Parts: sequence; C-alpha cells; structure tokens
Amino acid sequence: MLAVDKNNFEEEVLQSEKTVLVDFWSEGCEPCKALMPDIEALAEVYGDEIKFVKLDTTKARRLAIKQKVLGLPTIAIYKGGEKKDEVTKEEASKENVEAMIKKFV
Amino acid sequence: MEKIYDVIIIGAGPAGLTAGLYAARDKMSTLVLEKEKPGGQIATTDEVANYPGSIENATGPSLVSRMVDQCKEFGAEIEKDNIKEVQLEEKIKVLIGEKETYKAKSVVIATGATPRKLGAPGEKELTGKGVSYCATCDADFFTDLEVFVIGGGDSAVEEAIHLSKFARKVTIVHRREELKAAKSIQEKAFKNEKIGFIWNSSVKEIKGDGMVEGMVLENLQTGELTEFEADEEDGTFGIFIFVGYLPQTGLFKDKLNLSKAGYILTDDNMHTDLSGVLAAGDVREKSLRQVATAVGDGAIAAIQAEKYIDHAFEE
Repeated sequence: MLAVDKNNFEEEVLQSEKTVLVDFWSEGCEPCKALMPDIEALAEVYGDEIKFVKLDTTKARRLAIKQKVLGLPTIAIYKGGEKKDEVTKEEASKENVEAMIKKFV
Repeated sequence: MEKIYDVIIIGAGPAGLTAGLYAARDKMSTLVLEKEKPGGQIATTDEVANYPGSIENATGPSLVSRMVDQCKEFGAEIEKDNIKEVQLEEKIKVLIGEKETYKAKSVVIATGATPRKLGAPGEKELTGKGVSYCATCDADFFTDLEVFVIGGGDSAVEEAIHLSKFARKVTIVHRREELKAAKSIQEKAFKNEKIGFIWNSSVKEIKGDGMVEGMVLENLQTGELTEFEADEEDGTFGIFIFVGYLPQTGLFKDKLNLSKAGYILTDDNMHTDLSGVLAAGDVREKSLRQVATAVGDGAIAAIQAEKYIDHAFEE
C-alpha cells in the first residue's frame, strides 16, 4: 500500500485517474493498526481496480481536517478529486469497507 | 475429529488474557477469541497509572502487548474472530464465529464494555467528524483548537487533562454540580489553566455539515439552552464523550442472567447461572471496573473453569 503525505496527496489521490481508497491512520491510533491488515488484504483483492493508499494524519493534520476527516480510523473513497464515500470509527470494519469498495468496482 | 478445547475465552482484554494465562499455565487447552485487536479498552488508553507495577509512562498498548506475550508463552492460542452465536446449555459449548465454529468444555465470557453514546441528534452523523470517544485516537486533530469533554467521571477528567496537551482550550460539560472522578484526578484538572467547566448541563444537539460546527447545551436546572459555534477561523471544534459504558452482552440476552443494565450476574467465583459458563472483567456486574479488578476476575474464572471440568468430565 502506497504511503502518501501532505506533499503528494493532491497528485496521488485528488488527481488520480483511478478511484482511490485512502486509509487515514496514525501511530497512536490502536484501532487503525488493528484494521490495517484487513485493508491490506482488500488491496490484494481489489488492487487492480482501485488504488489503495494510506495517510498518516499526524504529519498531515490540516490536510485531514480540510478533507473533513477528524476521527480515526477513517477509510474514504475518492473519485475525480472528490471524496465520494467513507466509513469511520466503529463502522470501519473489514466488511463495511468491502461493501463500500463494491459500490465503486 | 473437531477439536474440543478445555476453555474458550471470548475477549482478549485484561480479564480474558489473564484467564488465558492461568488456564494455559494449568495445561488446559486454551483458546482466546478476539474480534478486533487484543487489549479491549486499555488498548486505546494513553496512560495506565493505577495498575500496580505499571511503571511511569506505561501506556495501555505496552501493557497489553506484555499480557499477550505472557499468555502465549504459556501455550494459549489467540485468534481473531467475531462470535455471532453461542450455544451454552449443553455440556459441550458451541461458539459460532464469522470464520469458524468452536467447541469447548467451558467458556469464559470477557467481552467487556464499550463507551456509551449520548443519543443526541447529530452525534452519530458527526462521529469521526469532531465527535469522538477515543482521545488517544483523535486528540492530535484538535491541536490549537477548542475541545469539549462530556462527562464527569475518571475517564472524562483524565482524557480532558490529556486533551489539554493538544487543544487551545478544554471545557468539561457535566450533568451535575461536582465531578465524580477520583479526588486526585479532579485536583489535576482544577489546577490546569486550559481546563474550564460548565456544570449542570447536557448536550441537546450537535450541529454541522460533514464536520462539527456547533453544539446546543441545556442547563438541566433552568432548562436554558446555550448554543456554541465554532470559531470562524477554526471552522470546527472537538466533542469528546465519556459518559460511562455499555456491557457487550448482546449475544447472551435471554441465555444468561443479566442485571437491569445488561451486565452478567455471577457468583463470587465468576460462575454464571449456566454450568461451565463463567464471566470475568467489565462485562460482569460489580462495583469497580478497572484493570486491577479485571485480572483478578480472569484468574479466578480460569481456575474455576478447571475445577468445573475436573468435576463435570470425570470419567
């Protein structure tokens, strides 16, 4: 999974031609780290159709807030430079993320 | 032949991991099932200051990871699965998970509790958008912003102190006139210049389009409503909610004796009303829910499970 930061978010996510899934996470967020292997497993399955990236929000706080992400974990789908869908907090389970992905493949 | 474990423990928080450690150490075949990541509530706790032997700067996750290692070292298996259904009446207990079905001679329920919601309009929609139940997860977003903490117990006040390291200003909103938190924690909060208080008030509504932008508080004595709006420059503020816990006992409704509030009723030896089914930790009806009491429950439950098996499965 590609790690993006505040410098290349625009290019890798907002300007991407492909649909992008962004895993907003941080080192201090235990639920995020618990979820990460599930997202990586989904990347194996859907990686051809959707680009999977992760963003460590501790180094991109303003960017996250600008994207209206103020809670972790948040898994969001971007298409054509816009956030189209997201699941957050306890809704962010492997099943719910996969259900969201299926709307875009 | 399908494996029948001596003990299966549901939940890998401090109670479950301690039960696992004791059971495995007594050479019982032991499986600990966890639906998320081991640790339960302390996995998201920044500081564990009141557990004996947990040294300065010991975090929840570091304590948990030592518990997990110790549990595995004695031979317990820890698996990730979410149990969807339980059959506990028969001698061999059956647990049906998302991944597999498990069988055991005894079951220790250590599913714990999760943070209670306010039930205010806007709360659900704005969770993760300014509304949070996890300071260690989300405090960072509110660096130099304003934050409200709802609640007056230990968790609320401790997390308010934690949040004051990030936020510009922290306001504790409490239903009563005085805090419920331990005196030592209260003192820290009163001394903290960044922390203010709004008494006798509760949250009536949370407002915002995709992000928290406002909040309405109700004074419970006068009925007066006060609206807070995000500072124009900030655009948002944080609402951290710590108003108690809900037991994770949905699986056991109508199967086990539960208290009115939904906690599992046990005897002093952690036995529920079904033989071979025990409960330990926060999920149990008891007077104090702490890591220190959870590990005690876990140890007793494991030893009692062994006694039960010796007796019930005697050749």
